[in-house]
Amino acid sequence: MIIVNVTKQLNTADGILQAHFELTINGGEFLTLFGPSGAGKTTLMRLVAGLETPDSGHIEVDGEVWFDSKLKINLPPQKRSVGFVFQDYALFPTMNVRQNLIFAAENNSGRKYVDTLLEMIELTSLASRLPATLSGGQKQRVALARALVRHPKILLLDEPLSALDPAMRQKLQNELMMIHDRLGVTTLLVSHDIAETVKLSDRLAAIETGHVKRICTPIEFFTTHTLSGKLQLIGEVLKIEKESPIVIVTLLIGSSIIQTVVSRDEGERLQVGEHALISVKAFNPIVIPLNEK
Amino acid sequence: MEAEFIETMLLTFELASITTLILLFISIPLAAFLVFTKTRFKSIVETIVSMPLVLPPSVLGFYLLLAFSPASFIGEFLTSHGIRLAFSFEGLVIGSVLFSLPFMVHPIQSALSQVPRSIFEAAYTLGKSKLTTLVRVILPLIRHGLISGIVLAFAHTVGEFGVILMIGGNIPDETRVASIAIYDEVESLNYAMAHQYALTLFIVTFSILLLVYTLNKKSLEGLK
Repeated sequence: MIIVNVTKQLNTADGILQAHFELTINGGEFLTLFGPSGAGKTTLMRLVAGLETPDSGHIEVDGEVWFDSKLKINLPPQKRSVGFVFQDYALFPTMNVRQNLIFAAENNSGRKYVDTLLEMIELTSLASRLPATLSGGQKQRVALARALVRHPKILLLDEPLSALDPAMRQKLQNELMMIHDRLGVTTLLVSHDIAETVKLSDRLAAIETGHVKRICTPIEFFTTHTLSGKLQLIGEVLKIEKESPIVIVTLLIGSSIIQTVVSRDEGERLQVGEHALISVKAFNPIVIPLNEK
Repeated sequence: MEAEFIETMLLTFELASITTLILLFISIPLAAFLVFTKTRFKSIVETIVSMPLVLPPSVLGFYLLLAFSPASFIGEFLTSHGIRLAFSFEGLVIGSVLFSLPFMVHPIQSALSQVPRSIFEAAYTLGKSKLTTLVRVILPLIRHGLISGIVLAFAHTVGEFGVILMIGGNIPDETRVASIAIYDEVESLNYAMAHQYALTLFIVTFSILLLVYTLNKKSLEGLK
């Protein structure tokens, strides 16, 4: 169980932001921090890892106090049991894949665990390669494996998949799920991607302007406007064409573009670039697998 | 004549080696301070470090000579402890260290500032102390900066003339280094000997630089 209740003054592009994060994360949970950029998601992660110091508050992990402004406790990052995967992976360029992991190991059993991890994340064949010779996805997997070497109490993933192409993203999402299932490590993920969030997380914490606005399951969050629809899709509005008396809306859902007709009232409420929920009812959709033989 | 030549060359490289070694130990923490500090005194420290780049060597040499003389406060303190810096090898080392400081600090500082913050932070979250991070992650990573610093500081010390002339004089086997010897030989119209010194310095410095640039290029390619 991880309890976070901290304040921190943030200097954002829009000026100074007084952030106050309050949330409780259950042991073994996969929690995604979801929200617009500049809301403080990464800062929250860095506060938990000890890479930044809160102005005031309390951070407690499994009964161990990591930070408390009143008790003047502030464990340095070295003393906090965290695994941090950085957006730029931060692999050590002069060490090969295995050396990157070995560096994190503290003793002999840690070094043995390195081999287990290399196998689990399918890196054994790359073990003697330098980071510079790896693809983005491979680097990301090395960073993930390295973060797990010390058996951290909490795994912090700062948008680790944002720089990858869709196919690689998919693969790594599956890998993250597999690792989370096998190791049961409490995981915090920063993500902008709705599909990713729904797929991976047990719960979602909506972060807005330095506050946790809401914590719920991802499905609950993305389907707030509960309709009795049979089929619900979330897409991005690409284009709104007003053709009196109707409006034609073009949306991007996943990687496909669809056009649909809405009433003028509905059209008024939509805006290009925003996400919208598409709900279809009163018919039976036909769902067939794409790769059927 | 031959013995004197060898003696002078050995002294020159001894001075350069000791100076470079001392500079290496001073410059790594100093460069790290300049890269990471947030104090407003940073500009002042930076200015002091860079001063030898523009200051005439004779100015630094003159003030060091005054400081080292038994009449000054520092000199008096040193003399009372049996240390004599003016016209001594130790004095030359101090003068060279001060004068070659920017040549060591700047390459290290620029290499350090290019290391992403996340590399440091990754090591910290993996439980590594600042010292372990520096020695095992950062120094290997900035080795091209270290090599440039070592070469520049070494070469600059070998070539230094003004400061050494002011505080060292021309005492054989104590303060007589190659650059002074060349000047001395030319003054006594002994061009053959001056040539011998000059050509030796030329060849040695050329070879060191060539070797380092070749090695450096290779090691950088390996990292790309």
